[in-house]
Amino acid sequence: MPEMNLIQAVNATLDAMLGSDERVVVLGEDVGKNGGVFRATDGLFEKYGGDRVMDTPLAESGIIGTSIGLAIGGLRPIAEIQFMGFLYPGLDQLISHAGRMAARSSGQVRVPLVVRVPYGGGIRAPEQHADSAEAYLVHTPGLKVVVPSTPYDAKGLLYAALHDPDPVVFMEPIRLYRLGRQEVPEEAYIVPIGSARVVREGTDISVVTWGNMVAVAERAADALLGEASVEVIDLRSLFPLDREAIWRSVNKTGRAVVLQEAPLTGGLGGEVTALIQDGAFWSLQAPVARVAGPDIPYPPYAWEDMYLPSPERLLAAIRRTLQD
Amino acid sequence: MDWPLVQVLGTKRDKKADVELAAALYRDMILLRSFDERAINLQRQGRIGTFPPSLGQEASEIGSAHAIRRSDWMVPSYRDHGALFVHGVPLENVLLFAMGRAASLSTAVKALPTSIPIATQLLHAVGVAMASRRLGRDDVALTYFGDGATSEGDFHEAVNFAGVYKAPVIFFCQNNGWAISVPRARQTASETLAQKALAYGIQGARVDGNDALAVHQVVSEAVARARAGEGPTLVEAVTYRMGPHTTSDDPTRYRPADEFLEWKTHRDPLLKLGGFLLERGAASESDLNAWAEEARVRVQAGVEAAEAVPMVRPRGMFEHVYDAMPSVLEDELHTIEEVTPDA
Repeated sequence: MPEMNLIQAVNATLDAMLGSDERVVVLGEDVGKNGGVFRATDGLFEKYGGDRVMDTPLAESGIIGTSIGLAIGGLRPIAEIQFMGFLYPGLDQLISHAGRMAARSSGQVRVPLVVRVPYGGGIRAPEQHADSAEAYLVHTPGLKVVVPSTPYDAKGLLYAALHDPDPVVFMEPIRLYRLGRQEVPEEAYIVPIGSARVVREGTDISVVTWGNMVAVAERAADALLGEASVEVIDLRSLFPLDREAIWRSVNKTGRAVVLQEAPLTGGLGGEVTALIQDGAFWSLQAPVARVAGPDIPYPPYAWEDMYLPSPERLLAAIRRTLQD
Repeated sequence: MDWPLVQVLGTKRDKKADVELAAALYRDMILLRSFDERAINLQRQGRIGTFPPSLGQEASEIGSAHAIRRSDWMVPSYRDHGALFVHGVPLENVLLFAMGRAASLSTAVKALPTSIPIATQLLHAVGVAMASRRLGRDDVALTYFGDGATSEGDFHEAVNFAGVYKAPVIFFCQNNGWAISVPRARQTASETLAQKALAYGIQGARVDGNDALAVHQVVSEAVARARAGEGPTLVEAVTYRMGPHTTSDDPTRYRPADEFLEWKTHRDPLLKLGGFLLERGAASESDLNAWAEEARVRVQAGVEAAEAVPMVRPRGMFEHVYDAMPSVLEDELHTIEEVTPDA
């Protein structure tokens, strides 16, 4: 089994998809000869040609809107939006059409579209290159939203997204692209959309998180070894959520911290917190805590280490929750 | 560069015009006129909701729709039900949509559902057209929008994408003079809308949108180019919205009465084509009356079919959103069913 990092897993999976299904096309800004700004499509243009690995004009609504048409027309488009902060011009197409076409047509028209979006901070990038905008997407009926935090899940979730009859936004945690390596099976496999992953089992407290923040949760859990037993849940699927996995964990531990990179207010963490009241209220021994980005625009990068939820901030929240 | 208005009716070209085609166009145009008049009445009676009639635009919608074949894609805006009828969508489906149902406008027809947000559907036309080509077919996409849509970013992105990829798309712009209350002159400083084609490196054409034969001819030429792999065309059909934007709109608030009267009296597309048919001896007054009566009968049948469809149930608004309903939607549905009689 080859060992690879997350971006290599994305690249290898796209390669396999293009190789095995003629309907698959990859499109976006700089995905062709340049191989994508993060190299997710490296080598694919040379292998499959510009008709299947298409450099597009620089227009995000155009990329997503055209991809909706490609999907309806019988292809399996995998669109790349370069950074999540550049997704906003394409939100209209996602909200007004990708998510509504099936309902609008009583199921006659489905949009089997995958939109890959690198997201998140911590890479010393200029403004607009570090956003975590999943809240807009999970609040958009008709879409599914997934985010892997491991190379294995990247491949399995990308296959799940490709085979899903509905539009799926596939968020890619930039900071984890090259952080760790893992064995990834060569054959195709699916990580089901809607299933969370228990990153590590624990008995004292649950940390529920996703994407880039999974690494932060693991560091905090490591720091607490011998002090407290922390269970870490990686949601992987942001819509639909694996509610049972959240309830199972919190009903076991009785305490929870919800960790998100995005700004606090209106974020997905609030929904997860509410869900914990729905399905684990009587097991709770302390109020559910949230650790999140502050309600300010993502700052210039001199501040980003202070802005981003850190293991230290998470540790403080865990310790407070354990004392309650 | 000049953008002459292509006309057939009333020019020497109408001597060579196909009278059978003209009669077929006329019959669909009278159907659309009859449908719209009935739909406005139904709305006034509270039997359907807000409705956008095509009054005055019959030649544009019907003439263009007759220029494609059933295997081609039709990508409409929200005022193109006449074109959809030609492409095979049943009348009752359009009424059901106006009755607040998500009627399956696409049943066995290669058309996308009615699109409300302006110009956004143009990109879908580019996509389906590119997919057709990639799948080795020579089907084209005909997409509809108005003069106001040319101000939107998605108009630019769609025409630009189509130009770059030489996608087989016909961008059919019905310049009806008004975007609700805002006149065409407020949308762009361009003298014509057709000339925008030049900037995108694609073909453009300007046609009398109240001349069904001219519209049919210009769109047919664009379709032939697209099918042959010669890329997209932007067609500006110069027409006039003789009715309100929708049944909720009162055009007397903003539309000069003399302008409206000029179009209604002298440029009504049905009068123009009907006059041509009479003049050429291709139809008699009694033929025209018989076709109008046929149209009323078809519309009545559509109304009856739409009103016979059972009332909606809660599940109907949930069941198609996802291919397989997520458990959270199931739970939400049950909370509504619990308090809905006969759910």
